[in-house]
Amino acid sequence: MDKTELLRMYREMVVVRRLEERSAELYQQGKIGGFLHLYIGQEAVCTGLIAARRPEDRVITAYRDHGVAISCGIPAREVMAELLGKVTGCSKGMGGSMHLADVERNFWGGHAIVGAHLPLAAGMALADQMQGQAAVTICMFGDGATNIGYFHESLNLSMVWKLPVLWVCENNMYGMGTAVERASAVGEIRQKAAGYGMPSERVEGKDVLEVRRAAEQALERVRGQGPFLLEVATYRFRGHSMGDPERYRTSDEIKKWQEDDPIGIFRQHLIEGKTAKAAELDALDVSAAEEVEDAIRFAEESPEPGPELVFPDLQAQVR
Amino acid sequence: MAMLTMREAISQALWEEMERDRRVFIMGEEVGVWGGTYAVTKGFYDHFGAERVRDTPIAEGVIVGAANGAALAGLRPVAELMTINFAFLAMDQIVNHSAKLGPMFGGQMSVPIVIRAVSGGGRQLGATHSQTPDVVFAHFPGLNVIAPGTPADAKGLLKAAIRSGEPTMFIEHATLYQARGEVPEGDYTEPIGVSKIQRPGGDVTIISYSKMLQVSLQAADKLAKEGIEAEVVDLRTLRPLDMGPILESFRKTNRAVIAEEGWLSYGIGAEVSARLYEQAFDHVDAPIRRVGQKEVALPYNRRLEQMAMPQEADVIAAVKAVM
Repeated sequence: MDKTELLRMYREMVVVRRLEERSAELYQQGKIGGFLHLYIGQEAVCTGLIAARRPEDRVITAYRDHGVAISCGIPAREVMAELLGKVTGCSKGMGGSMHLADVERNFWGGHAIVGAHLPLAAGMALADQMQGQAAVTICMFGDGATNIGYFHESLNLSMVWKLPVLWVCENNMYGMGTAVERASAVGEIRQKAAGYGMPSERVEGKDVLEVRRAAEQALERVRGQGPFLLEVATYRFRGHSMGDPERYRTSDEIKKWQEDDPIGIFRQHLIEGKTAKAAELDALDVSAAEEVEDAIRFAEESPEPGPELVFPDLQAQVR
Repeated sequence: MAMLTMREAISQALWEEMERDRRVFIMGEEVGVWGGTYAVTKGFYDHFGAERVRDTPIAEGVIVGAANGAALAGLRPVAELMTINFAFLAMDQIVNHSAKLGPMFGGQMSVPIVIRAVSGGGRQLGATHSQTPDVVFAHFPGLNVIAPGTPADAKGLLKAAIRSGEPTMFIEHATLYQARGEVPEGDYTEPIGVSKIQRPGGDVTIISYSKMLQVSLQAADKLAKEGIEAEVVDLRTLRPLDMGPILESFRKTNRAVIAEEGWLSYGIGAEVSARLYEQAFDHVDAPIRRVGQKEVALPYNRRLEQMAMPQEADVIAAVKAVM
């Protein structure tokens, strides 16, 4: 992999981190409404995974979607504007934090009913298959989604019909506040693939290059042979959402994981491998922070969506 | 005009739309090799092939969910639910996805799905297989809900639904498949969201749809022999609800009965009568009456099941009460 690409990935992870940190502040200031689920700690997953896709490959994910949106190429400005409910947001201020999407960039959302987007992924892959497209649908979901019926219905159907879906479970060890082992009969989510005769792999999610390698291999396999379940072991440093009292884990546990910060690991890798000097990476940190500040300015200055977006024809609505 | 059964009319609509548009395909339980549990898709599998007439696992969540996904990606799926009672297993997909993905993402997605579901009681199938919960689906903005009562409307409205590009629940009544009626020759559609006067009359307005439309028409014939001319308005579409012909008729007759097969509480009759009181209060000559199902789980026993379901005699009695 060439240096430009490695540095692009590094910078993208930092943009996601800064965007999330600043979002938390804006939420506390009351500028972001609703629920806010931060991706901090999981950046290596969205960056490594999406870096492996081709432009025709569709991406769909759950509600912890800001990082995935950035990795899919949605400008930070449009993400931030959506969080602030502005018409310049990627969903015109109609969706909010949990419902980012950009169909032009083949990012199909941001879905907030746990597990419900898995059948959507199967259906999009079916459409590509029926129309002779070589595209793969990459469907990301949390460990919590693997206990709901949708997961099993969708994985089963994808094998029966050999649909081009890469199922990606981001196992961050908790479904909201309930630890995986308290909710799932098996601790390793990949084991669930066996019930459908589906191949699977489990990788460390703190190493962006390892995630990318696994994703490239898995996508290759899906293109030739059908569905694959990739489990990525990861950890969110912040609560489930901003309203999480975090009674279910200790600060020592969080600190231990923070020592394995995926951005820190990648930074060290780039310096030790002599790919980049610390100063170069510092400069990227600064430019990433500037991009996020610019996005906030843009979002704050953007107009609110007008009522005509929701009520194009009031008479027709009440008829 | 040709005389067709409801089954033949629906089957023709599907067949013609699949011939017309390569993007249209069918998925559901037993739609293919079996030929459809109500034989609506008989012969489709051999003609269109397994690719476009897709037998699915018995898993309603992923049937509607994957059809939603295929619709997002540009196809025109027709998902079949063997009975509307099973739609509850797919309720999240219907309510939170078919109806919401368009508006929720600012209009960048559309979900051109048609969900065909078989509704209605009266076949001794017990409480969970006999419900007529059509109105439940009509509660949600973003979903068109069509429930035809004649073969001609069934064919024209199903074709319109498939072409509309909008998420649609298309509700067929289980005991209407053998009903016969005149169906226009050739390609035609009927407008979605337009009520229709199926029988003219000047004394009282009966508002109904689907199976109870047929029951109401029979009741109207009997009432005519007693000198009462009922005008029967067919809703055809539950959402959007077209009050136009209803108001026009009511302003003429000043008396109304609303007949539906489902439970009365929070039902079609409640909605239509509220709108009549709101929009035509000055024309009310008698309290508006509603006819519907007794508020119980339908029993298996034939006599008790029929006692719980609305009958022709109930419509006649309600009409006499408002005269």
